[in-house]
Amino acid sequence: MSLVRRYGSAFGRFWWEFLVGDTPELLLGAALVVVVGAVLAHQGVARPVVVAAMPVLVIALLGASVRRAQRAGRPPRRPGG
Amino acid sequence: MRSANIVLLVSVFLASAVEMVEALTVVVAVGVTRGWRSALEGAAVALTTLAALVVAIGPALVHYVPLNGLRIAVGALLLVFGLQWLRKALLRASGLKDKHDEDAIFTEQVAELKASARPAKGRDSTAFAVAFKGVFLEGLEVVVIVLTLGAADHRLGLAAVGAGAAVVVVAGVGAVVSRHLAGVPENAMKMAVGIMLVSFGTFWAGEGVGVHWPGGEVALPVLVGVYAVVAWATVSVVGRGERAGVEVA
Repeated sequence: MSLVRRYGSAFGRFWWEFLVGDTPELLLGAALVVVVGAVLAHQGVARPVVVAAMPVLVIALLGASVRRAQRAGRPPRRPGG
Repeated sequence: MRSANIVLLVSVFLASAVEMVEALTVVVAVGVTRGWRSALEGAAVALTTLAALVVAIGPALVHYVPLNGLRIAVGALLLVFGLQWLRKALLRASGLKDKHDEDAIFTEQVAELKASARPAKGRDSTAFAVAFKGVFLEGLEVVVIVLTLGAADHRLGLAAVGAGAAVVVVAGVGAVVSRHLAGVPENAMKMAVGIMLVSFGTFWAGEGVGVHWPGGEVALPVLVGVYAVVAWATVSVVGRGERAGVEVA
């Protein structure tokens, strides 16, 4: 049983690293993009809006993730002068 | 040939080539340090296992999973995958992250392999295991790409051909230039693959949830173009900011 649990845990860890890694915002953001696309496509919204929404959201998500990485890479500001 | 087929073939080929270069670094390190027989056996078994995964899972995905559900799942997975690749490539291109250094990885692998004892005769299980693991783990990403891109448009054969071609090309080129892998423009290739995977992900997820892309599959190269422009702009803006920060400091 412990062997099964060990392999199961390793399998789960592998897929967590594969899909989430250090960028959980990309997994959550991609899910949000799909959900928003589905809602807009089925709510009678104008076609140009529906077509543009998903790429615009993807670009925003990528920009936010790069910005997060940029901020994480900066050294902390020193207080005072 | 349809534009979507060309983009699919190029995406799978480039993605497979990038992963196979990384796998080749490991195999060459093992071959040079511990002997080529175990290194090549490990690599061959890994490739066979990966091919078997595609054969076992691919047709089942295509035949038993409803198409719209498959496209939504595949599209979302490609979006996550593509965004991870693209983000990393953008950070490396703009100087926020060190570039992937195959020479450094090769040196590190060689040092690790030299540190462990080698059997006097018979098979070298350490060498086999390291080569197998290196090829299998890198190849697993290729399998995911082949299955997702191939299944979403019922082009599993075409995707498999793209991956197979990359394995052959990299193995052939690698045999000649094996110790000069740092010269491969890996980051540029990863950025191109990331852009294409994000484009496919957007397209297929959209198709799955009911978005009617203008021109059908013609929208795919348009998405590639849009994301390519955004990637170029991001590298320009972020890279300029990093250089300005260095000058001020």
